[in-house]
Amino acid sequence: MLCQECQQENATIHITKIINGRKTELHLCRRCARAHDELDFSFEPQFSLHNLLGSLLGESMRGSREALGTAKVQCPSCALTFAQFSQIGRLGCSDCFTAFDEQLTPLLRRIHGSSRHTGKVPRRNEGAVRSARELEKFREELRLKVQKEEFEEAAGLRDRIKALEKEMEEGGSSEAK
Amino acid sequence: MKPNKIVSSRWMEGSGPEAETVISSRVRIARNIRGIPFPYLASDAQTKHVQELVSRAAASQEEAFGQFTFLPVESLPPLEKELLVEKHLSSPFLARESQHGALLLRCDEAVSIMINEEDHLRIQVILPGLQLEEALQEADGYDDRLEGEIDYAFDESYGYLTACPTNVGTGLRASVMLHLPALIMTGQANRLLGALSQVGLAVRGLYGEGTEIIGNLVQISNQVTLGQTEKEIIRNLGGVTRQVIEQEQASRQVLLNENRARLADRSWRALGLLKYAQIMSSQEAMQLLSDVRLGFDLGMLKGVDRRLLNEMLVTIRPACLQIAAGRELNPQERDLERPERLKTLLEEFKESV
Repeated sequence: MLCQECQQENATIHITKIINGRKTELHLCRRCARAHDELDFSFEPQFSLHNLLGSLLGESMRGSREALGTAKVQCPSCALTFAQFSQIGRLGCSDCFTAFDEQLTPLLRRIHGSSRHTGKVPRRNEGAVRSARELEKFREELRLKVQKEEFEEAAGLRDRIKALEKEMEEGGSSEAK
Repeated sequence: MKPNKIVSSRWMEGSGPEAETVISSRVRIARNIRGIPFPYLASDAQTKHVQELVSRAAASQEEAFGQFTFLPVESLPPLEKELLVEKHLSSPFLARESQHGALLLRCDEAVSIMINEEDHLRIQVILPGLQLEEALQEADGYDDRLEGEIDYAFDESYGYLTACPTNVGTGLRASVMLHLPALIMTGQANRLLGALSQVGLAVRGLYGEGTEIIGNLVQISNQVTLGQTEKEIIRNLGGVTRQVIEQEQASRQVLLNENRARLADRSWRALGLLKYAQIMSSQEAMQLLSDVRLGFDLGMLKGVDRRLLNEMLVTIRPACLQIAAGRELNPQERDLERPERLKTLLEEFKESV
């Protein structure tokens, strides 16, 4: 089939558009297709890491009802939308991590096999992180104790968790001041 | 005036543990500054601000950063920028595309701190031989120094925040540059290196992402940056590297036992070509340098040492050739200049011993 625009090259790109039930077909060669601005995708193969990441995200989103809503989620600080992030594969600022938290956690698990940092901590965050890691440890212990029906010890752990949580809350608010 | 010798970087020394197979060990940690968008989204004023923040932080700590030079990328001539890339002191991105990019470079060229790369800060340490722990320790020290002056973007569960999700957590990428001629000659490399991806490591050629393996030089690095501590990451990579070294050494022994004369012939011929050829592509030069290196490591060949071989690896690169020639050279002219430079280096070496 020849390209329906230039009638010279072979048509290698076939596009079917259905708008309000009206079907239109386009058969184009690469050069003519590139000139079509409304065809919003690049024909040059670009296998950069960032594009790959984007598709990794896209794949998990496809078919989901929330996908459309999620794409519009926007970082309040740098205005990057989730749709833009999935396209470029890079975050815009540190607040993006909070804004896209829900989608990032599974993505990070897929990349790293984990979504929790266990390494170095800057000195000014040390206290908070140590408490958070401790809290997590206590909660896991509590779960095990309850499972084993060792309620007395579980109660002790629960009190320690409560105390630690209160401590962290106070520490957190005093830091924010 | 023609500079006779490129300044040698620390990694080119050819010293350090396992120097027979490991050319260099590299560690880089990615950091960002809280409250400023990552470089690719940051405004001109913001990236400029980042540059100032970091240079001020360094300037205020004379004892730690006294040995460093501050190099704004814009201030460098194009060939100087490329030379930094060829010496592995700057990433190609920082040298060519960054906005207000800059480099804090220690005088021995073992430590380079990249400013406004993909992240605000990338602290890089390259040491000769297998010295991953030492490199991490150095990088960690400078990180501590900078953290005292700069508020890093850090999240309690995600760790250090980076522009690309593949760097989040520790922000640590560690790699080793290996010379694996015997594994490649005996056709075992693909199987072995293929297995590395299954344990979360990446394999690349000499000049990073997407570059092919030339001159039997292979770079292995960690992929995972989150959920493991820095020490665990380094220990994993170091452990796997030791296994690869063992396999390479075993294959070298096999080659030596079966084909000693052939191997020696191949190395001496390679040295002959490096000395007397008149036209040489960079690919040919890299293969010849590998052949000579193997002969030297097996004790069959004299007249070179590892430092010279490492310096020659950089000398044959385009920017280095053009700086040495003192003018711009097209690819054909470079192929003529390359053997000239190699000859000069070999002669200088001969006079020095």
